[in-house]
Amino acid sequence: MPENRTSNVPAGDLTSPAGAGTAAPPTPPARRTGDKARTGDKIRSSDQTRSSDKVRAGGKPRIGGRARPRPLRQRLLRDWQLLLMTLPAVGLLALFHYVPLLGNVIAFQDYSPHVGIAESPWIGFANFQWLLTDQSFWDATLNTLTITAFQLVFYFPIPIFLAILLDSVMSPRVRLFVQSIVYMPHFFSWVLVVTLFQQILGGAGLISQTLRANGYDGIDIMTNPDTFLLLVTAESVWKDAGWGTIIFLAALAAISPNLYEAAAVDGANRWRRMWHITLPGLRPVIVLLLILRLGDALNVGFEQFFLQRDAVGREAAEVLDTFIFWRTLVTGEWSYGAAAGLVKGVVGLVLILVANKVAHRFGEQGIYKKS
Amino acid sequence: MSTRPVWEERPSLPGRLTKGLTLSLIALVVLFPIYIVTLTSLSPADAVNEAGGLVVVPDGFSLAAYRELFSGGVVTQSVLVSLGITAVGTAVSLVCTVLAAYGLSRPGSLFHRPLLFMILLTFLFTPGMIPSYLLVKSLGMIDSYWSLILPGAINAFNLVVMRAFFMNIPEEVPDSARIDGASEFRILTRIVLPMSKGVIAVIGLFYAVGYWNAFFNAILYLNDNAKWPLQLVMRQYVQQGQSLTLGAAVDTSSAGALPPNLAIQMAIVVLALLPVLFIYPFVQRHFTKGVIIGAVKG
Repeated sequence: MPENRTSNVPAGDLTSPAGAGTAAPPTPPARRTGDKARTGDKIRSSDQTRSSDKVRAGGKPRIGGRARPRPLRQRLLRDWQLLLMTLPAVGLLALFHYVPLLGNVIAFQDYSPHVGIAESPWIGFANFQWLLTDQSFWDATLNTLTITAFQLVFYFPIPIFLAILLDSVMSPRVRLFVQSIVYMPHFFSWVLVVTLFQQILGGAGLISQTLRANGYDGIDIMTNPDTFLLLVTAESVWKDAGWGTIIFLAALAAISPNLYEAAAVDGANRWRRMWHITLPGLRPVIVLLLILRLGDALNVGFEQFFLQRDAVGREAAEVLDTFIFWRTLVTGEWSYGAAAGLVKGVVGLVLILVANKVAHRFGEQGIYKKS
Repeated sequence: MSTRPVWEERPSLPGRLTKGLTLSLIALVVLFPIYIVTLTSLSPADAVNEAGGLVVVPDGFSLAAYRELFSGGVVTQSVLVSLGITAVGTAVSLVCTVLAAYGLSRPGSLFHRPLLFMILLTFLFTPGMIPSYLLVKSLGMIDSYWSLILPGAINAFNLVVMRAFFMNIPEEVPDSARIDGASEFRILTRIVLPMSKGVIAVIGLFYAVGYWNAFFNAILYLNDNAKWPLQLVMRQYVQQGQSLTLGAAVDTSSAGALPPNLAIQMAIVVLALLPVLFIYPFVQRHFTKGVIIGAVKG
């Protein structure tokens, strides 16, 4: 459909590496904004919400020639190479994401690996009933939610402030230098991060070592369940807060400098400009990340807690993922573990849909378009 | 400093000092653990004993720990395993991701909407640990290195980022090649890929780091500890090794009672760090360009 492609050219041109010949003023921030609008558009259209066409019917129709599609055979003849290219990735995702999704049926069975899914007896919701009366399941859920809530307060704002701080550094060289340092820990494994923390804070770590050398008793933060929340949050901050600034830095670059200039001319000082321009400019990204975090409320990560569960003890460090792991792979109660996993997955899905709904209520875009 | 706009007030001296101090502190917090670990791994045994643990001030130089690690045995083996998995896994992931990202990047191509929808849906549903384990088991991949590669070979986020990049290439470029009769594969390898080195470097780094750091899959799917990758060996040696000797060290509460092989433990940590530290600077400059496109879409 050639009409289709020609109607797409202006959008492609706007963000193309060359970027010339656009009506928009050729300042970098303006181009970024266009970029953002377009990529957001893509997510919406990929969500297959037909209404997205309706929504933008007022504007320029972007997808033109859909009115008369070519016959299937002709399109297949044209696109078979492209389809063939997607095959390996789609096949892998189908096998390792969608097949296990179906495998969740064992949650409704008394599954035994010796007889397989087909022969295992169906027991309805019995696994879920046991689960809901299982104290250790609720303990793990409570731990997970506590960690999420704590990190929402003490982890979530840090990348925002760090990004604003980095953005205010004038010298590009200093900025790049600090950026490349704070991004780095994101690429370390959890084993490595926990090990490094152990070397500093553990019973034989640097702090204890220094204390003992000066005649005090050593302290061991790594095995203390009371400070575990602080510890895991500190580890998360060390590992990922720097990397988390990337998305905020991108949003900051998209704020037009004209706004700052106008505010400065009107007499707004540094802090007022931050409050009235910078933070509102970041709001869509903040809301988006909040939604994603809330949808992930039951997902605090497996490795970090698996690694520290033995040292700190189950009461503080057992989260849902480690609960599922130990309950199932150690005892072989497959159906029970699958039921716990299914509850976690379904609740997570509901959470993300609800959070997105709330975002729409507040007039934010969220992760997909309102339909 | 020259880029400050005229309307912006000059920062006060205390303000500048606070900012500089904060930034230095942040950099120090990140770099200091790496520094002492590296230093301890390179220190001779008596320096480690004298310090009563980690070495903070340089005192002699010795490669003994590394020599012992590479004299063959568990650690050498696990480094080779990790390197192999990283190389093969990154190749598999990158090839599949590039092919699919290109295959879905042409506007209006057949089935690209349902396929993309199916890929994006994997963001929302995680398949669950137990069904995934049972699937890998029924495929006969337990204790096979493929179990560390194939289940996570495609990352939907990476695929979408790469597709967004390909879509930003002006449509006229591949179109003119199509008119000349080039096959799609040829357009991809001869025209699109040479224009996309940055994004491929970044996505390649993401995949490679994922494989190098692989821990969860290995814990789940590898029972045979002769096949363990480096991360698992590191946990065994460093994290658990230390917690075993921990009781003894506190009991005697004297500085000399620490395990003598601390330098070796730290050398393992450095081995796990090294590839990341090595590749990172080469790829880092592409981050802003390659990641932002995808990052803003979330």
